[in-house]
Order: sequence, then structure tokens, then C-alpha cells
Amino acid sequence: MSDHHKETFITKYIFCQDHKMIAKQFLITGMLMGVIGMFMSILFRLQLSNPGESFAVLEWFLGDKWAPGGVLDPNMYLSLVTMHGTILVFWVLTAGLTGTFANYLIPLQIGARDMASGFLNMLSYWFFFGATIVMLISLFVESGPASAGWTVYPPLSALPQAISGSGLGQDLWLVGMALFIVSSLLGGLNYIVTILNLRTKGMSMSRLPLTIWALLITAIIGVLTFPVLLACALLLIFDRSFGTSFYLSDIIINGEMLHNTGGSPILFEHLFWFLGHPEVYIILLPALGLVSEVMSVNSRKPIFGYKAMVGAMMAIAFLSCIVWGHHMFVTGMDPFLGSVFTFTTLLIAIPSAVKVFNYLTTLWRGSIRFTPAMLFAIGFVSTFITGGLTGLILGDSALDINVHDTYFVVGHFHIVMGLSAIYGMFAGVYHWFPKMYGRMMNKKLGYLHFWVTFIAAYGVFFPMHFLGLAGLPRRYYTNSAFPMFDNLTDINEVITFFSIIGGLVQLLFIFNFFYSIFKGTKSEQNPWKSNTLEWTAPVERIHGNWPGEIPSVERWAYDYSKPGMDEDFVMQNVPLKEGETEH
Amino acid sequence: MTNILIILVVFLLLAALVQVIRVNELLSELKNQDLNKVTDKDNKIQATLFFLIAGVAYLALVLWQFKNWGPFLLPPASSVHGAAIDSLMNFTMGLIIFVFFITQPILVWFVYKYRKTKTKSAYYYPHNNNLEKIWTIVPTIVLSAVIFYGMSVWSQITNADTSESTVIEVYAKQFNWIARYSGDDNTLGAANFRLVGGKNTLGVDMEDIKAADDKITREVHLVVDKPVLLRFRSQDVIHSAYLPHFRVQMNCVPGMTTQFAFTPTQTTAQMKQQEGEDFEFILLCNKICGVAHYNMQMKFVVETQEEYDTWLTGKKTLSEKLLTQK
Ligand code: HEM
Ligand SMILES: [Cu+2]
Ligand SMILES: [Cu+2]
Repeated sequence: MSDHHKETFITKYIFCQDHKMIAKQFLITGMLMGVIGMFMSILFRLQLSNPGESFAVLEWFLGDKWAPGGVLDPNMYLSLVTMHGTILVFWVLTAGLTGTFANYLIPLQIGARDMASGFLNMLSYWFFFGATIVMLISLFVESGPASAGWTVYPPLSALPQAISGSGLGQDLWLVGMALFIVSSLLGGLNYIVTILNLRTKGMSMSRLPLTIWALLITAIIGVLTFPVLLACALLLIFDRSFGTSFYLSDIIINGEMLHNTGGSPILFEHLFWFLGHPEVYIILLPALGLVSEVMSVNSRKPIFGYKAMVGAMMAIAFLSCIVWGHHMFVTGMDPFLGSVFTFTTLLIAIPSAVKVFNYLTTLWRGSIRFTPAMLFAIGFVSTFITGGLTGLILGDSALDINVHDTYFVVGHFHIVMGLSAIYGMFAGVYHWFPKMYGRMMNKKLGYLHFWVTFIAAYGVFFPMHFLGLAGLPRRYYTNSAFPMFDNLTDINEVITFFSIIGGLVQLLFIFNFFYSIFKGTKSEQNPWKSNTLEWTAPVERIHGNWPGEIPSVERWAYDYSKPGMDEDFVMQNVPLKEGETEH
Repeated sequence: MTNILIILVVFLLLAALVQVIRVNELLSELKNQDLNKVTDKDNKIQATLFFLIAGVAYLALVLWQFKNWGPFLLPPASSVHGAAIDSLMNFTMGLIIFVFFITQPILVWFVYKYRKTKTKSAYYYPHNNNLEKIWTIVPTIVLSAVIFYGMSVWSQITNADTSESTVIEVYAKQFNWIARYSGDDNTLGAANFRLVGGKNTLGVDMEDIKAADDKITREVHLVVDKPVLLRFRSQDVIHSAYLPHFRVQMNCVPGMTTQFAFTPTQTTAQMKQQEGEDFEFILLCNKICGVAHYNMQMKFVVETQEEYDTWLTGKKTLSEKLLTQK
């Protein structure tokens, strides 16, 4: 493969500083965690639709302690929910998504030989790897993994007496998160510096592909908000282990009167959501970037309103940092603050609407080629609309009173954040796979994967809105303790049915992925006829990306179907013709 | 034994999948096509599928869900402010459904209509500032209305006049609720977590004269059409007092007191007539609080003044309960 200098197995696959290999490391770690996290959700779904019934799978995986007689233990239920959320939000859709595509695409699309600091980049992966190991170990501790929800609100998460998952499992969770945050920060700083400093000749900011814009903005909000989560987690570690009272006050637990006074659990919520809300955009923005690129290439049209798209992303990023209070409408905070957060939250709908309309116009009068990547990109628009709209209800403080923390929220965020970002990630994998591995993924399996996922995903998450509007709280081990929920069994069965189908079909994707790495048909250099720079680089993976000089950039990334040109695409390194104007 | 069988079956399935792909590859090699290139036929099939599944089926099933599962939703609010929330909800829901049924069909229609064919080519259309201005301004106007309406309902709820309200404390702990009526003076006696112990489950300060007539109960009874002010405390972790039928929710946070004021408008008896004999107003816990979070509940009863008086007079006051026995 690479011919220009000797690499050992270790420097090539393990302690590698090449951005392309690091991207693959993130991707594959993220995929493995994704399988684990998805599988957990199927386990707890079984309990929700068939409360108290015995299942062989549960006993098989969880053993006698956590599933005595094959019936899920309520402590383990909460642990599974917590770990499922943590893994999907942070491992799959933060590290798995950004780690993969920022590392892979930034140098290749801006025309750089590698990241600004290959070493920091490698370190970022290995911190992430360490975090992964710690999280996985926490699944096996005696008192069970963390179980206070992925939001780990104290005092529940601070006091081992409060719930069994609040013991060693919670400690490991916090240590794992701290390592994870270090990894994100190292990665983020590197992305920002690389994008600002290492662009090739002619690659002005206004010629950057939208993927890069999205990744840049993501990195900026990440670097601004992750440190706050780190502080938040450290203070919780202090409260747990060193007797401080940042979050604790006036507590009697299990008959024991604690000495702590003067702290406030609400402080934790503020610190947590100061990252927590931007986090959902840290998840969503890269997906928006990937989808913009995939959609433009496969509609054979420029993305409509490039500047508005960049502006909308900036507006979303800015607003996302001042809306965290919408998670706290019912904490008893000052009603005036509630109004302020309603106002800022609902404002986000404006740039989001602009993005949707621009996507629709990009499709309008296009010449749409239905690659599996394109299907996922279109599916993204569908889920983004569906999930975005229900946000209008949750963002409105008066309405949130009655749907806060119910299944309505679970339906909403899975569709707008979970599904949209996962679809963006799939679109990215199908689209850039030929670049990553020099081979094509199987198209037919791709189609099958998309359709089953699309149907199953709506089948799982749309009905959840009805559960929520019927008043069903989330994080309930069963709803059979309340007669008022007795008629919801049918809905719960539908959801579990689709979650099993949807989970299984992801294995098909994984199969396709690994099969194609080794056996897929060979790819051409530019299989989708795209404009961006990565497709000017040879199919073989080489350190430094381009064998000769780095190409220089002469135009923006979106000259598809431009009148007067020979073909329906013009790569970014092709000089303007005489008399041709830039878009 | 079954385990080995399962592994064997999975293995065979995988092998079969590989073979199917292989055969496909060989066939397309014979026909001299690239297996993974998207053909016009693919475009036609996928566009049609998108139209049928993401368009027709999805929208039809959304309607189906509203029709079949709509009846399971909560009945109309049983409180004054709840009615205002319900109107706001209907307004917002109407808006959302309207936008949903416009944008999703547009998406599906564009995807179907503009699929790649031999004859059509794409239209180079990088931007149009006027269009973009329109679809920035129109959502802004619509959202202003939503924000304004939402804020006015919110301030109506949070600024409710509580001077006439009956004050009741709702106390949360793992995993049950306890209520304290403020008695004839309508003022709760002071409390401190350090005083919790023995019979004094809520840590009420009996030195405080206002505490003498407080009454502790395991159910909350309310008088229809009479305003109440619920004040919440927690003993251990965060809980959330959720009364879905009244559209009431407020967190119970250790170390601080929170509150929610409302006025019930329906008696339990009326609701039983309307919703069936099993109906009860229920207080649920809606913040994960530990292993029995899913079963932390307390009954609320709304009744007439006479029924209420009979019920409450029968209860012992705190001074009877705590002081006399010492
Ligand atoms: C097969 C797919 C999935 C199924 C069936 C599923 C199901 C669920 C359910 C039922 C809950 C709520 C449990 C409760 O509140 O009691 C939940 C929680 C959650 N899920 Fe998923 N989910 C899936 C995929 C995803 C994805 C793709 C994401 C990525 C964002 C995600 C993120 C979360 C988060 C953050 C929570 C909250 C955890 C918590 O309450 O602490 N899930 N999931
Ligand atoms: Cu948020
Ligand atoms: Cu609870």
C-alpha cells in the first residue's frame, strides 16, 4: 500500500498519527459501542412491553443477579437506560460522528497533508479509548453500572445509599466522562486550528464546503461548553468522595441524616445543561454538514443558499448556548427566566426552518440520484421536520409543564437528534466509504438497510408521542403500577416490535461495512462525480494525502450542472473559464 | 445445545448472505455492469418507494395513530389554568400538524418528481435572496405569535394570586408522598430536616405556634373551584410532583421549597361519570429518584366543601399527634 516510508503494524494501525487511520479508529469504536447501546435498548424494551415476563435473553446476558428468572431487575432497568443514553449520545453521536468525519474530511477537503497536530490527534483517540474501557468496565461492577439517567442529577447520583448504581458504577461513569471530555477538547482544538490555518491556496472561508463549516462551528461550541461539563463532573466527584456540599443540602437518606447543607442540586442542572443543550447541536451540526454535501452531490445541484446555510448554522450554534434553561422549566426557577428561555428556545426554530426550506429547494428541479447515502440524507430531512416541530411544544414553558419528562420528550429527541444524526452519519459512511477503503459498499444491502431502518425508526419513536400525551413519565420500569396507563399496552408492543426489527437490521449494515472493506467492488477515484478536493487524491491511502503538490482551489464546492460547462460537475481545483463568473 | 444451534444458524445465514452477494457480483460481471452503480432503474424504484413509504404510508399511519390512539390521551384539563394550557396546546398542535402536512408532501413530491432520468438535467440555482428573506420572515412572524401567546399563558400561571389559596405541603421521599394541611391559620409551621425522627416524619418545628394545627395525611383532598397552593419539599433526592389531569408539575428539591398554585374545576365524582368508575386523580413522581420511582404515587380527591370538611375534621392535628404522646 504505502510506498514512501516504512510503517510497522503498530504505527500504522495502533499508535497512528495519520488522520485517516484515526478517523477509522473512531468510526469502528463508535460502531461497536453503537451495537452495545442499541442492544441495551432492546433489552429494556422487552420489559416495557411485557412487564414482569421472563425472557431467556435477559437471563443469558444479565445473569441471575440482574435478571432473576429472566425478569429484568428494576435497578438494572435504570442502569440499562442510563448506559444506553450515555453511549448513544457521547460515544456514537459525538465521538463516533465528529471524531470520524472531522478527522477524515478536514485535511482532505481543505487541502492539508494532515491535522495541525498529528500527535494531539492520536492522543485524542487514545483518551477516547481509555474512556471507552472505563465505561465498559463499569458494566461489570458488583453494584451495577450508573443508573441515575444519562443526566446523572445529584443527589441521586451523589449518594451510594440512594440507588445501587450510585456506587462504584457512578464513579467509573464520571471518570470515563472526564477522559471523554479531554478527548473531545483535544480533538476540537485541533479541528479549529487546522481549519483556520492549513487551508490550501485559494480555499477562502467562503469556498469551504458546508461539511467543514459545520465541523468548525461544532468544534467551537464544543470547546466552549465541554469544560463546563468537566467542572460539573469534578464537583460531583468531590461531593461523592471528599465530603463537599456543592450539590447537597438537607438530606436524610435511608434513615441517615447527612451533614451537608448549603449546596444546591439545581446548580448541577445549570452546569450540566450549559453543555447538555449545546451537546445536542454538537451532535446535529456535523450531520447537517454531511447531509448538505451528500444532497448537493446527488441532486447534481449547488446547495441552495450557501451563505444562508452558514449563517443559519452560526445562529443555531449561538442560540444553542443560551437556551439551556428549557430543561429546567419545572425546577422552580424564577418564572421570568422561564420566559427568557422560552423566547430564546423558540427563536432556534427560525434558522432551522431556513435550513429545511433550503434543502427542499436544493431538491427542487434537481436530477436526484438515489445512492444509499442520498436516501439517508433525504430521510434526515423527513426526521428533522418531524422532530423539529414537536420542539415547539417542549420549548414553550407553559406547555412543557405537562409533557416535561414524559415519553413525549423521548419521542421528540430521538427523532430530531437520534434519528437525524444517525441518518447523517449513515449518509456520511455510505458516501465516503469508497474514499476510506477504495471499495464500494453493496448498494442493494444499502437500500434494504435504509428502508427497514426508516420504517422501524418511525415505528419506534412516533408512537412515543402518544404515550407522553397520555401522561406516561419516562424512566419508569413499568407502567403497570397505574391503572390510568393500562390501555397503553398495544402502543408499547408496537414500539418493542419495531425496535427489535430496527436493531437487527443494523447488523446488516455492519456486515455490509466489513464485507465491503475486504470484498467490495473496487471504486474509481471519484465515484460520485463530486467537486470537493478529497476526490482529487488517489484511491490509495498515503501519508500526506496527495503524492505531488497539494491542489489549489479556484472555485466553490458546488458547481454542479453549471451552464456552459462540459460536464455536470466542476472540481474545486479547476480554474474558472474565461468569462465564467463564480456563482 | 440450543445455544450451539443458534450460533450455527447465525453462521449459516451469514454464509448464505455472502454467497448471494457473490452470485450477484458474478451476474453483473457477466452483463458487464458495475454492481454498485446507481442505474436509472434504481432511481425509478427508489423514488417510487419513497413516494409510497415516506409519503403515502407515513402520512396515512400518522393519521391512523391520531384516530386510534387519540382517545388514550389525557382528558381535558380539570383545572382553570389547565384549560388555558389546553387551548395553547391545541393552537400549537394545529400549527404543527398544518406545517407537517405541507412540508412532508413537498419533500416527497420533489424527491419523486426530480429523480434522475435520461432526459432531464438539473437546474443551476445557487441562491435567491428574495425567497430566502421570505422564508426567514414568515417563520419569524408565526413564531412571534407562538412566543407571545406562550408567554402570556406562562405568566398567568406563575403569577396566580395565592392570597385566597388553601396552603398544603406535599413532601416527597423515597418512595412515597406525604401531605400536610396548614390548618385553620392556613399557614404551615416551620420545618427543618434535622427535626425529622420518630413520629415527626416531616421535621416540623413544634416550637412554632403555627405548626400546632397542621395535619398530616396520606391523601390530598381538595375542594372543587377553590384555589390551592401546593408547597413542595423533598427529604432525599429530587422528585417531581406530576398531576397530569390538572396540568401541574413541579420538582421537589432537597434544601429548598417550590410551589405551584391552581384551582381544580372537576370533582372526582364528575370525572368518574365521564371517564369510568376506575378514574382517580393521581400524583405521580416524574423525576428519576431510585429503584421504585415507577411506583411512587398518591391519590388526590376533589370533592364538595361538605365532603371535604367531614374528611379533614376527622384527622388529628400535629399537636394532638406529637405533643400529647410525649
Ligand atoms: C433501536 C433504537 C432505540 C430504541 C428502541 C431506543 C429506546 C429508548 C427508550 C424507550 C428510552 C427511554 C427509556 C425511559 O426513559 O424510560 C430511551 C432513552 C434514551 N435514548 Fe434511546 N433508543 C434507541 C436509539 C437511540 C439513539 C439513536 C439515541 C441517540 C441520541 C438514543 C438516545 C437516548 C437517550 C439520550 C435516552 C435518555 C436516557 C435517559 O433517560 O437517561 N437512543 N431510548
Ligand atoms: Cu436543550
Ligand atoms: Cu421518582
